[in-house]
Amino acid sequence: MIEAITGRYMRLELEGRAHRLYFEEAGQGIPLLLLHTAGSDGRQWRSLLNDAEVTSRFRCVTFDMPWHGKSSPPEGWEKETYQLTTARYTGMIMAVARALGLDRPVVMGCSIGGRIVLDLAAEHADELRGVIGLQSAAFLSPYYDTSWLHHPHVHGGEVCGGIVSGLIGPHAPEASRWETLWHYMQGGPGVFRGDLHFYKGEGDLRPKLARIDTKRCPVHMLTGNYDYSCKPEDTEATAAAIPGAKVQIMNGLGHFPMSEDYAALRPYLLPVLAEFQERG
Amino acid sequence: MNIAALPARAATAPGLARWGRDLTADVLFSVGDAAWILAIHKGVLISANPAPALMPSYDLAIRAGAEDFARFLQDPPPPGWHDIMGLVRLGTFKVEGNVALFMAHIFWFKGVLALLREPRA
Repeated sequence: MIEAITGRYMRLELEGRAHRLYFEEAGQGIPLLLLHTAGSDGRQWRSLLNDAEVTSRFRCVTFDMPWHGKSSPPEGWEKETYQLTTARYTGMIMAVARALGLDRPVVMGCSIGGRIVLDLAAEHADELRGVIGLQSAAFLSPYYDTSWLHHPHVHGGEVCGGIVSGLIGPHAPEASRWETLWHYMQGGPGVFRGDLHFYKGEGDLRPKLARIDTKRCPVHMLTGNYDYSCKPEDTEATAAAIPGAKVQIMNGLGHFPMSEDYAALRPYLLPVLAEFQERG
Repeated sequence: MNIAALPARAATAPGLARWGRDLTADVLFSVGDAAWILAIHKGVLISANPAPALMPSYDLAIRAGAEDFARFLQDPPPPGWHDIMGLVRLGTFKVEGNVALFMAHIFWFKGVLALLREPRA
């Protein structure tokens, strides 16, 4: 069996530097741009890209961020420390959307992706149909020393997988759980930690929430209750600061709903997608 | 919670020793006021005996609060108490000493402590 997903590379400039990014897509219809979590890659969306109920109505696109998955870091990477920032992240997403000709896409991201969609809603409302944040919160305090994720005495792949393993809900299918962790184990050295620079430090988006106008850019937030990194109360506190934001807490799911247990995410997600379809 | 039975239980846990293949250490594990020394050799839990009251010797200490660890042991555990890193976020699970040992073998530590949840232990 050959899946309907296609994978290609694009070349584009980000922050004045040449990049070669890998992206996958499936389906036709309303553009739906999908953002992976910190330290992982677009494979997290494999089940959604294979869901005909979605791909019959949406052009679903996911890309590996630079330094992640099959997207290499830019030339000269060996001389620098990778750190994701709010401006870098938002700039990259909008550049990819333009490069692929996505007309006012719905953007759905998880974790760091769930965070950055709030910035997109604040800064680029008129270029989007709306945003969906999975495991989304405007700010989270660090609760462990992230320097261990990039340390010569600790295997980077095993510690990155190990540190996030408990964020998966206990009822997730074993195959999906371990595939999700495998993606983490394949991350480049220091990349997960570099993403967390945004997630647990620089990317505090609380000051921007008041600028989000959900009439121009609807905001949906779906959070699994087994996520102790982005807890339901973190999402609810963020949503409370965005008039009109819609929140659902998802029973049994953890921090990677689209990858750890897509079947459990689906009943929550499909009605949200249907709302975007009705809006056109 | 049957700590004495943990070595036998760990010996039959699929994959556990592989995650700890280079882990050789004496680890002090405490829950509230009770403490044990987990003696580990190449990922095999050799013994789990009560820690001596006087001058216990160990490479790494992992300390759990009694109340939150009891919730961790529930089957199924409530959301947020289902993984030791969740307890770390709550501030009631501490890793002290040679932290690199813990981080380098985090799957082993998560796996062995989760075995305490199982009725057979």
